[in-house]
Order: sequence, then structure tokens, then C-alpha cells
Amino acid sequence: MTSTERDLDIKDHNELFDAPHYQEQFENKKQFETPCSPEEVASVRDWTRGQEYREKNFARQGLVVNPEKACQPLGAVLASAGFERTLPLVHGSQGCVAYFRTHFSRHFREPVPAVSSSMTEDAAVFGGLNNMVDALENSTALYKPSMVAVSTTCMAEVIGDDLQNYIAKAREKEVIPDSLKVPYAHTPSFVGSHITGYDSMLRSILEYLTIGEPNEDAEVTERRSHQPNGRLNVVPGFDTYVGNLRELKRLLSLMGVRYTLLGDHSETLDSPATGAYDMYPGGTPLAEAEDAANAVATILLQESATRQTAKMMRAKWEHEVVTLPMPIGVANTDRFVTEVARLTGVAVPEAVTAERGRLVDAMTDSYAYLHGKRVALAGDPDLVVSLLGFLTEVGAEPVHVVCTNGDDAFEQRAKAVLASTPFGSKATVWRGKDLWHMRSLVFTEPVDLLVGSSHLKYLSKEAGVPLVRVGFPIFDRHHLHRFPIVGYQGGINLLSSVVNTVLDELDRTAPDHSFDLIR
Amino acid sequence: MADRQETQQMIDEVLSAFPAKALKTRIKHVKPADPTGESKECDVKSNIKSKPGVMTVRGCAYAGSKGVVWGPVKDVVHISHGPVGCGQYSWAGRRNYAHGEAGIDSFVTMQFTSDFQERDIVFGGDKKLAKVVDEVAQLFPLAKGISIQSECPIGLIGDDIESVARQSSSEIGKPVVPVRCEGFRGVSQSLGHHIANDAIRDWVLGTGDVEDSTPYDVALIGDYNIGGDAWASRRILEDMGLRVIAQWSGDGTLNELASAHKSKLNLIHCYRSMNYICETMEQKYGTPWLEYNFFGPTKIVESMRAIAAQFDDVVVAKTEAAIASYQKEFQAVQEAFTPRLAGKRVMLLIGGLRPRHTIGAYEDLGMEIVGTGYEFGHSDDYKRTYPEVKEATVIYDDPSAYELEEFARRLRPDLMGAGIKEKYVFHKMGLPFRQMHSWDYSGPYHGVDGFAIFARDMDLAINSPVWGLMTPPWESDRSGSPESAEPTEQLAS
Repeated sequence: MTSTERDLDIKDHNELFDAPHYQEQFENKKQFETPCSPEEVASVRDWTRGQEYREKNFARQGLVVNPEKACQPLGAVLASAGFERTLPLVHGSQGCVAYFRTHFSRHFREPVPAVSSSMTEDAAVFGGLNNMVDALENSTALYKPSMVAVSTTCMAEVIGDDLQNYIAKAREKEVIPDSLKVPYAHTPSFVGSHITGYDSMLRSILEYLTIGEPNEDAEVTERRSHQPNGRLNVVPGFDTYVGNLRELKRLLSLMGVRYTLLGDHSETLDSPATGAYDMYPGGTPLAEAEDAANAVATILLQESATRQTAKMMRAKWEHEVVTLPMPIGVANTDRFVTEVARLTGVAVPEAVTAERGRLVDAMTDSYAYLHGKRVALAGDPDLVVSLLGFLTEVGAEPVHVVCTNGDDAFEQRAKAVLASTPFGSKATVWRGKDLWHMRSLVFTEPVDLLVGSSHLKYLSKEAGVPLVRVGFPIFDRHHLHRFPIVGYQGGINLLSSVVNTVLDELDRTAPDHSFDLIR
Repeated sequence: MADRQETQQMIDEVLSAFPAKALKTRIKHVKPADPTGESKECDVKSNIKSKPGVMTVRGCAYAGSKGVVWGPVKDVVHISHGPVGCGQYSWAGRRNYAHGEAGIDSFVTMQFTSDFQERDIVFGGDKKLAKVVDEVAQLFPLAKGISIQSECPIGLIGDDIESVARQSSSEIGKPVVPVRCEGFRGVSQSLGHHIANDAIRDWVLGTGDVEDSTPYDVALIGDYNIGGDAWASRRILEDMGLRVIAQWSGDGTLNELASAHKSKLNLIHCYRSMNYICETMEQKYGTPWLEYNFFGPTKIVESMRAIAAQFDDVVVAKTEAAIASYQKEFQAVQEAFTPRLAGKRVMLLIGGLRPRHTIGAYEDLGMEIVGTGYEFGHSDDYKRTYPEVKEATVIYDDPSAYELEEFARRLRPDLMGAGIKEKYVFHKMGLPFRQMHSWDYSGPYHGVDGFAIFARDMDLAINSPVWGLMTPPWESDRSGSPESAEPTEQLAS
């Protein structure tokens, strides 16, 4: 605060409206609102927190309230952002792209370039061919990408636009350079969620770059010769922590492994401020991605979010393809390190072993405050499965596990993790449920801690349960996504967030005598 | 001061990157301003489809209806009807402040959706909608009504949401309002505003009443209470001796939508999004309406006097007394901040009313607007804008990301005011930026209280020391950097 402000005592929305004249205004406004009486509000509030309401709430068949999932093309935009000089083009209504860019900018605090083919009523009737052709022409003229990654909004999907045909027409009309790469994926928002769209777009990009367009002739396959390149492919998946991608790269370098991160948005969504704006910083180099089929092996770190991608690789890449859980916590990271060592033939270096030891050491420092803590968590399936591993490793007890976009395979994996430890015995896995279900769960079966995105802040406040912000989106805290939560070092970050949230709460609620200096 | 020819030259240079076909029409959307409004060649074209692929900042009709007009109505559950995304991305994003308990008697900060699946597309979503409405009524009994905000597929698969709405409404005994704001309709948010206004007109307006009518009853229209804007504006109107019987729609209620026709004068702030309902009320109920501007001292005082002139001497006297009492506050703010902000040059790209309405507030602090434009303005917005800017100021309608960046590189403003999608581009350029949709999580900016916050925020953005850190000492000879204006001189604080 500057001295000027102090002299003026400028109050903003946080305090301004406490003033008596505003309080009077609010009271006075009620006569025009026909508000519910305070008694009515109190009685409904109590009712909504009870068992009877919980049953009604869980009997919902159509209504979804506060879901923890988004739609497919959002994921397609993130997948596109993982590659060098790649512009995401979403074919359909333009409002969608405004929303995707907004959503990611709020989380990453970064520019998110993406374009729309801006379809309107006439395109609904005649199809969006002209929109696609114009979009390719205009976007390449203005933004000079090396690749345009095309996905779709539900509008284009409902009317059944044919991307392959439209892109071919654009090439026929010679509105784009021959060298421009244009992979495409159909990403209907009424199927799956953002992770499905991530997967479809990633699969399409990798197939296009390594094999050629699906029905292209054999010449292309020939071009991507089978010269082993000695590298390891690592696919992070729909990972909204740029810090995670950096940590994976650091760990792989430390192990002396030559690697290609397939879908690396750590630079595109975390570029330096230098005084000059570069629209295409970083991303997996296209030349490296084109050579990805010739790697020694591929490790995918998200099962749900890279399922189609893995399937394509297994069918077409002729090398070992391994899907692992996200390396969160000790055991999950051990698996990653062990597999990297096995697949590449390197020995795990002393430095990595030391990092592991430091994480374990940190856990021995903190476990006492986490042991037996009842936790409710929500998030994307792959994140949730790995978090369950981490939480049970420190002796916390997951109770409510909500995954709006989890499927049966997710449920099996989550249950397997929970069954492998006595600390998982209190947990119920709720797939397809939303955060309004979570509210009922937390009020009827209380917990000590919430773990999940910023969306949980409302429940955190209402139920008086502290929230550890992990996942996506995180809109209301800064820079968390820049700190890794994967790997042994990331484990220390995650552990600090969790234990210090518990300690903050302990201090906040402590009676004076227990307000200990040392904890 | 630039002349029109110079500005036109800059425009031509920037637009030359467009392919010929797009350029032909695009050129009509960017012009040097003629403040007299006489030169027809300076009129910008507007409210026309965005070019595909250019990276427009525009949104869609759903955003205009659910996001802007309906969303803030707090005691109504707004169902985002269709796939999950639209509701997810617009969930609590606009900071429409409201009193009430979330999930009990207020629903503004929640996301309700019918979460369409493939089977809903194939077999139609009407049955699901009826179920969803019924479940809302069961689980949220204090909601006063329900609105159905249509997403793209609804109009494409031929669902009959109107008939579901009528049927459901009679079953649950509450208003259920269908809104045909599918995102592919129209060219921007703008048609969504219109559709939302029409839905209020057809399904809600005139169904309520106000007891003990007074000659001083007004409705506050087109204020979405972002960061508390409407509360700060209402304070002024009440100080003038007026009685605000309805607030549309920030912190608003269904009852206020239903009974606004009882007002003696409709006062409209965001003309773009709610002029339609004002015209409706004028035609149907004979209610006159008046545009006003509560950004910055000059416009606030001007607007207060114009409003007071519609009433009797009692109101005029109270208004003059209020103005006199505000003057001290205004002066203190201006004296504190003008020395820190005078001469600073500003570019704007916003929606609704702000590309013109905030100009006075900047000028009250000695700042200058060097470029402004609307995401989704119409020609009536631009006509109202020309007199507010200086000769040859560049006016851009629906500029692409490319154009905004290029104009900023050439004009080198000290401050950019636009939205979240633009914000971080300019941060990379080392250019101070304020979000002028959400007030960058600050606010209110309306009214007397808002002006002080506005001045504080513009000052902290422009005079922050962070902008001076872009260039490392070992690259101090780096040519041409940073992209923005010369580093702002730090004023002692």
C-alpha cells in the first residue's frame, strides 16, 4: 500500500460494504426481493445437510450440480499446446474457444492462443466447409504456425461435419502452405470429458506425425523409417502442472536418459516475461515427435487420459508401451524410475536414490500430523488414483473419493489402490458424481481435509474443512501449478501443502494453551 | 496529436497481413475517429460475423444470456442445458456479487447442467430436461424459478424446450423460462443479450407488483454488480432521494424482474445488453428511460443532474447536496492520483458499455485514450463513442489478437485494458494491464466509491516496479526491448 492510499483509506469490495449506509441499503433492498424468511433459510439449510437430503441428492438421474469435469475440446487445446509452433483450431461455434482460452488463462496465468472457425446459423444449415477453409487460410496468414491441430465443438459434431474432407478441400484450394501439418480429431462434448478430448487430439497428432494421415498411402509410412533412435518417449497426459513436466525432464536427465516428452506444454504455458511476446515458445519439437515411433519404448503416465493414444502406439509403433500411474508419492515414483531404468538399461543413479531418501525423510517428519486424517478428494481419474497412493502412504485415510469423469476402469484402479492398504478401508469411490454429492457426503460423514480444485472452496468454507488445492482448475491461488507434485521432489511439495494445511488449521482452532511454538 | 491519415496508415500496415478476401471486409471495422461523427468514412462496421481463424475475442449468445443477463439473477436456478462445458467455463467467472446462501436461497456461484450425453443428442433431450427441472425443484425448494439456458445442440436437434417449460412450470408451480440462446445464433454475445431480454419480456415482466408506489421509483438496469458495482451505483441514486425498486440483474431477484414495469423511470447503464427491455417497457407501459454513466466524477455529476432533471425540486436539491458532498471525495482521489497518472496513454478493448463509458474516468485522472473498441458493439454504440474520443484515435471493432497486439506495438500505450485472454500477452510485452471485464478481481469501479478504487488500481498497474525488471543487466543493450513504452518512471510513494 502506498502512502497515498493510506491517506485516502480506499476500501474495495472486501471491506467497503461493511459501512452502515451499505448495510442499510441491503436491508432496504429486501422489500423488493420477496426474500425467504431467515427461519425458512435456516430450516432448508439444515435439511440439505442431512441424511434424508443425501438420499434424495444421490437419487438424481438427470441434474448435475457443480461437476468436476469439462468438455472434450478443452483437452484438445491442451494437447495441441504441447507441440512446437502448433495452433489449436476448434471447428464450430466461436464462444467455445473464448471459454477454453479463458479457462486455461485463469489457471496457468498465461496467454493461450487458439482459433475458432466461427460457425453461425448458416453453417448449421449448410455445414462448416467454408468456415474451415477460411479459418485455415486466415489463421496461417496471421499466426504462421507449423501445425494446426483441428478439433470440434458439439455444434460441428451434431451437424456431422467431416473434418478429413474439409481439410482436404482447403488443400485443394491451396489456401494453406503444403508444408503445414493439419492433424484433426473429432471431440464431441457430449461424450467423455476434457481428458477424452486430450487423448483424441494427442493420438491424432502422434499418428499424423509418425504414420501419416490414417488413410494416406504407404509412401508416408516409408518416410518415417524404422531407424531406432535410442530415446524413451514419456507422455505426461492432461497434466496442468507445468512444474510436473519440468520435473519429469529433470529426473530423466538426472538418470542420463535421452527422452522425448510427447505433449510438452511446460514452455508454451509458462514462458518468461522478457518484454517481447513469443506466441510459440517451446513445445515438443515436431521433428522429435515425428521420430517418436522409433524410440526404444514409451511410458504413458495417465491411463484414463491417454487410453486411445496408448492403443494407437501399441498397434503401430512396434516398441514396448507401458502405462503407469502418475508418479505421485513414493511407490508411484518408484515404479516410474524402475521402469525407466528397465526400459533404457540405465542404472538408477545415486542422486535419484538420495532424492527418494529425502522424500521418505520428509514423510517421517510429518506423518504424525497426517496419520488417520479423514480425507475427501475429487479430481480427474488419473490424478485421484495416484493421490490415493500418496495419501495412504503417509497414513491418511481417504473417505470420499469423487470422480465426475471416472469410468469403470478408473473405479477398478482406485479400488485396487485402496485394497492394497489398511488405510484405504474407509473409502468409497464415487464415480460419475459431482461436488453437490460431495457436499452431502461431507456433511453426513465429516472429514478433516478436502483435496481438490478451487471448485471445492465453497464446500471448504461452508463445512469448515480446510482445502488442499491440488488438480485443475486452480483459479484462486497463484503459482501452485509451477511447483511439481510428481517425482520425489514433487512429493515434498505435495507433502508440505498437505501437512502445512493441517498445521494452519491446528493453529487457527487451537486454544491459547495449545498454541504451540513447535509442531 | 495524430491526424487521420497517419492513423489510417498504421491501420493499413497492420491489416496488410490479412489474406485479400478477409482484408476486403475487415478494413471496414477499423478506422481513425472523427469525434464530430460527420465523416461517414470514419464509421466502423460492426455487429458482423467474425472472420474464421483470426482469433476473435468474442464469445457466443449463451455467454450473453447465461453469462451476462440471466446468470446474476440470484434466486433463480439457471440450467445450462446441453453438454457440460458451457456451464463449467462460465461457472462463477463474472463476479456478479449477490447476498444469500449458495445452494439454499442463492444460486449465482453454482453450475447446474443437464450434462448431455450422446443418447440425449440422438433421442432428444426434452425428457431429461423435464426430469432435471423436477429435480431442481425437489432439491432446491427455495429457488423462485428456473431458467433454461440453451446450448448449441438444443436448437440443432429440434428439442421443444418451450413446451417442457410450460408443462414443468405448471407441475412445480414456479416460473420456468426457456431461453433460446444457443451459441451458434448471431455473431457474438450480443444476440444472447437480446434473446435473454425477450425471454424476460415474454415469461416474467409484468407478473409482479410493488406496494405503495412513489413518484421516485426507478429501476436500475444493466448493472451486473461486478465486484459490487450496482451497490455503489444504488448508493448514489438513493442519496438523490430516488427509490430503486428493481436491480437488473446484479444481486437481482425474480421479483425485481417481474415488477420493474412499476418504475417511473428506467435508468440504464449497460445500454448494449439491456436497451431492448427498456424499449419494451416504454412501448408497453410508457416508462421512459435514460442512459447514464457512473464512471468517474465528470460523468457521475453530469448523469446525476440529468437524472434529477426528470424529477421534482426535492430530488434536484438532494442531488446538488449529494454532489457537493461527493466533491471532497473526488478531489482527494484526483489530487492523490493525477500526478502519478497524468499523460499516461491507454488502449481499451472491452464489451458492453465500457469502451466509451470509462473514458471519462481515465480523463478525470489526466490520462488519454489512444485506442478503443468493442468486442460486440453495434453502430449505435460507436455513434455514442466518437464524441468521447480525440480526433484520429484508432477505433477497432472486434479486433483479432493479432490486430490488438500490433496496434499496441505501434501505439506503445502505458496501459492496456481488456480481458483475461489478452492479459498475459501484454504482461509478456512488459505492458501494464488491467482486466476491464472483471475489474481484475477488484472493484467496484462504479460510483463515488468505485472511482477511488479505479484510480488506485490504474496507479498500481502503471507504477508497479515489476515492469522495470524485464531486461537482465547483461542484456541491457538488447535492442528494441521491451516492446512496450519506455520503462515507466517510478514515482516516489
